[in-house]
Amino acid sequence: MMTTPGTGHDRAQIVAAKRQRQASRIAEAASAGIKVLLVKVLVLGIVDAISVYALFVLFAKQDWLVFGLVLVVTVAVNWIYFRVKGLPAKYLTPGLIFLLIFQIFVVGYSGYIAFTNYGTGHNSTKDDAVSSLILSAQERVPDSPTYALTVLEQAGVYSFLVTDPDGDISVGNADSPLKTVTDAETDGSGQAVGLPGYSTLNFADIVANQEAIAAVAVPLSDDPNDGSLRTPDGSAAYLYLSDLVYDEAAGTMTNTGTGVVYTEDPSQGSFVAADGSELQPGWKVEVGLANFAKAFGTDSIRGPLISVTLWTFAFAFLSVATTFALGLFLAIVFNDLRMRGRNVYRVVMILPYAFPAFLSALVWAGMLNPQFGFINQVLFGGAEIPWLTNEWLAKFSIIFVNLWLGFPYMFLVCTGALQSIPGELQEAATVDGAKPWQVFRLIKLPLLLVSVSPLLIASFAFNFNNFNLIYMLTNGGPRDVTAGVNVGATDILISMVYKVAFVGASRDYGLASAFSILIFVLVALVSIISFRQTKALEELN
Amino acid sequence: MAIAPSIAAPSDTDYIPVKRPFSFGRWFRATGWRHLIGAVMVVFSAFPLLYVLSASLHPGGTLITANGLFSQIDLGSYVTLFNLPQQPYADWYANTLLIGGITSAGTVFLGALAAYSFSRMRFTGRRAGLLMLVLVQMFPQLLAVVAIFLLLNGISDIFPAIGLDTQIGLIMVYLGGALGVNTYLMYGFFNTIPASIDEAAKLDGAGHARIFFTIILRLVAPILAVVGLLSFVGTTNEFVIASIVLITPEKQTLAVGLYQFVSQEFSSNYSVFAAGAVLAALPVMALFLWLQKYIVGGLTAGSVK
Repeated sequence: MMTTPGTGHDRAQIVAAKRQRQASRIAEAASAGIKVLLVKVLVLGIVDAISVYALFVLFAKQDWLVFGLVLVVTVAVNWIYFRVKGLPAKYLTPGLIFLLIFQIFVVGYSGYIAFTNYGTGHNSTKDDAVSSLILSAQERVPDSPTYALTVLEQAGVYSFLVTDPDGDISVGNADSPLKTVTDAETDGSGQAVGLPGYSTLNFADIVANQEAIAAVAVPLSDDPNDGSLRTPDGSAAYLYLSDLVYDEAAGTMTNTGTGVVYTEDPSQGSFVAADGSELQPGWKVEVGLANFAKAFGTDSIRGPLISVTLWTFAFAFLSVATTFALGLFLAIVFNDLRMRGRNVYRVVMILPYAFPAFLSALVWAGMLNPQFGFINQVLFGGAEIPWLTNEWLAKFSIIFVNLWLGFPYMFLVCTGALQSIPGELQEAATVDGAKPWQVFRLIKLPLLLVSVSPLLIASFAFNFNNFNLIYMLTNGGPRDVTAGVNVGATDILISMVYKVAFVGASRDYGLASAFSILIFVLVALVSIISFRQTKALEELN
Repeated sequence: MAIAPSIAAPSDTDYIPVKRPFSFGRWFRATGWRHLIGAVMVVFSAFPLLYVLSASLHPGGTLITANGLFSQIDLGSYVTLFNLPQQPYADWYANTLLIGGITSAGTVFLGALAAYSFSRMRFTGRRAGLLMLVLVQMFPQLLAVVAIFLLLNGISDIFPAIGLDTQIGLIMVYLGGALGVNTYLMYGFFNTIPASIDEAAKLDGAGHARIFFTIILRLVAPILAVVGLLSFVGTTNEFVIASIVLITPEKQTLAVGLYQFVSQEFSSNYSVFAAGAVLAALPVMALFLWLQKYIVGGLTAGSVK
C-alpha cells in the first residue's frame, strides 16, 4: 500500500475491507443452500454414529490410546465442518485422514516394528504366551475323575456344560473358566443337558464338528496351573494338566516331567533354560538395534543384502535406460508426417502398456519356461535354455520382459515431448547448416530431457520397487541356498522384505521392517539427489 | 541426389512441379525403413498377447500344446474357468471390478477436493502441503506392507468388519494413497481453468460447494477420467497388499487369485489360466484404448511445462 499507515483515510479503507469480507462470508453461508446443509448433516451424522460405536467398543476393551485417538479425530472433524471459517480444511480433511493413517502412520509404525522381535513365535503379549505354552503342554491326568459333558453353542462359540462326580453343575468355555450354574435343565440321572440362552448340540452336530470340539480346552479356574477340561468324544470331559508350571513371582516356567527350569528373558521375549534352549511361543518385546545388527552383522544375511541392493539399483537403472532408449528411438522413427499408417503402429505398440502388468509377467513366465515354453520349443528348436533359473539369464530375462512392458510408456511420453518442441528451432538450425544428427543431439535431446527427466526419475523410483515383475516372473529365484534368509539372485529389496515377512513357515516382521527402513533411507537419498538435479520443488507456486 | 544437371542446364520447365515417378529406393529411404521397424515392433508388441489368446482357445491345453498357435479353436477353457471348485474365478472378477471401481471413484473424489483447495484457495501451510504431497509419493505404501498388515490385524481385534480379510479394509488402505501424485496431476489441471469462471459464479450467488460440484468438476472431467483410469488400473494390478489382506479365496482379487492358480498348476492347466488372463485383460484394455488420447494428454501434461 502506498499510503502511510495510521491515516484516517487508511483506517476507513481497512474498515470497508473488513465489512466487505464479512458481507461475502454471510453471502457464502447463505448461498450454501438447504440441500448442501442436509447432506453435510447427514454425512457427519453417519461419521459420528460410527465413531460413537467405535468408542463404546474401545471403552469396553479398555484400549485407551486408540480411544483417545478416535475421540480427538471425531471432535476435530465436527469442529472443522461446523465452523464457518477454515474452508480449505473442509476440502482437505477427508483425504488427509486416510493419508495420515495408511501412509504416514504406517511408516512410523514400520520404524517401531523394526525395533521389536515381532514375528512367528513372538506375536503376542506375555500373558498370551504363558497360557498358550501351558495349554500346549497339557496331558490327560491318569485316573482323573470323569465329568459328564453336554456341549453347548452360543453365537458360534462352544461351551462345556459339565456335571462333576459330586453332582455340581458348571459351565465354561475356552475364554472363561468354569463357573457354577443353578438354572440348568437336568435329565433323570441328574446330568445337566441344557442351559437357557444356549443351544445344545445333538450327536450329529458333535460328529460334524468333532475336530473343533476336541480342540476346546476349558480352564478349571483363573489359575492356568490348575489345568483344564477337554473331551475326546463330546460326551465326557477329563482333567488335563500341564507339564509346565508357571511361577509368576519368580518369572519361571518349570517342566514337572524333566525338571528343567526355564527363566523369563525380557530381552528375548521368551523363556530360556540354562542350556540355552527356548520355549516357543515367546512374546513381543523391543529389542533395540538387534534386527539391524542381524542384517549387517550376520555374514549369511549381509552378503545377500548387499548383492540384492546392488541388483536393485542395477535393475532400476537398466529398466529406465533400455525402455527410454527404445521409446525415444521409436518416437523419432514414427514422428515423420510423411509416413502412412502411423496410428495403426501406435495402437499396436501401446498394447503391452494396456495389458495388466501382473498378467504380462505370468504370460512371459510361461513363454520362457525352459522345458515347455514357446521361446525354447519353437524359437530355439527344443533347446533347454534356463531363462529363469540361471542367475544371469534370469536377470537378462527380467530386463527384457521389462523392456516389453515399459517401452510403450516411454514411446508415448517421448512422442508428446518431441511434438511440443517448436519446429522453428529445427528450421533455424538447418538454415545455419546443422546436420540432422547435430540438430537432434544439440537441440532436440536437451530440450526433451528437460521435460522428461522428472518422468525418468519417477520411472526409476517405480522400478526400484517393481515387485510384481520380479515376484511373478522369477519369484526372486534362483534361490541363494547359502543365504540366512529366503532370497534369490533376482530379488530386489522390496521382494526380499515380502518374502522375509510373509513367505514360508517362519515370519520375521522385525527383520523385514528393518529392511524396509533401509529402503526408506535409500529412496530418500535418491529423491534428495534427484530433486537437487531437477529443481522440481522450486517450480511450486 | 543428382542436382548437378539442373545447375548445368537451368530451364523453366525444371521448376514446374510434376509428380515424380515412384522410386522404391527413395520411398524406402524416406519412410520405408520406418515401416520395417514398425513391423518388427508390431510382432514384438503383439506376439505375447496373441500367444495367450491362442493358448486360451486350445481345449484342455497345457503349456506345451500352447506352442501350436491357433492349431485348435474351442471355448472349452472359458467354460472350465467358471466351474473350478477351488478357484472362484467369477468372484475374483467381481471383487476386482468392485474394489477397483470404489477405489478409483474415492481416489478421484478425495484428490479433486484437495486439488480444488490447493488451486483456488490461499491458506497458511499451502506450500508446505503441496511439498508434503510430493515427498509422500516418493514413499509407496508397498514399503510399509508389514506395518499395514499388523495395523489391519490390530483393527480386526476391535472391528472385524473393517480389519484383515475384508475388502473395506483393503479399499481404506488404497485410499491412503488418494492424495499424492493424483492430486498433483489434478492440481496442475485445475490451475489451467481460469479463476474468472469461479468469480463469475460467485457473483451470481453460487457458494463454494456449488461452484465445485457443478462447475469445476465438469470442466476438469478429462483429468478426472485419467486419474480414475490410472487408479483403476493400478488397483487391478496391485498384488502385494491385496495378497496379505485378503485371505479367503472368495474375497480375493484377480491378481491374487490368478497368481496362486498359476503357482499351483502352471504347466498342466495353462489354457484355463490363459482364458482367465484374456477375460481379466479385456475391460482394462478396452478402457485404455478408448481413453488413450486423454491418457497421453495427461501423461505429457505432467511432464511438459
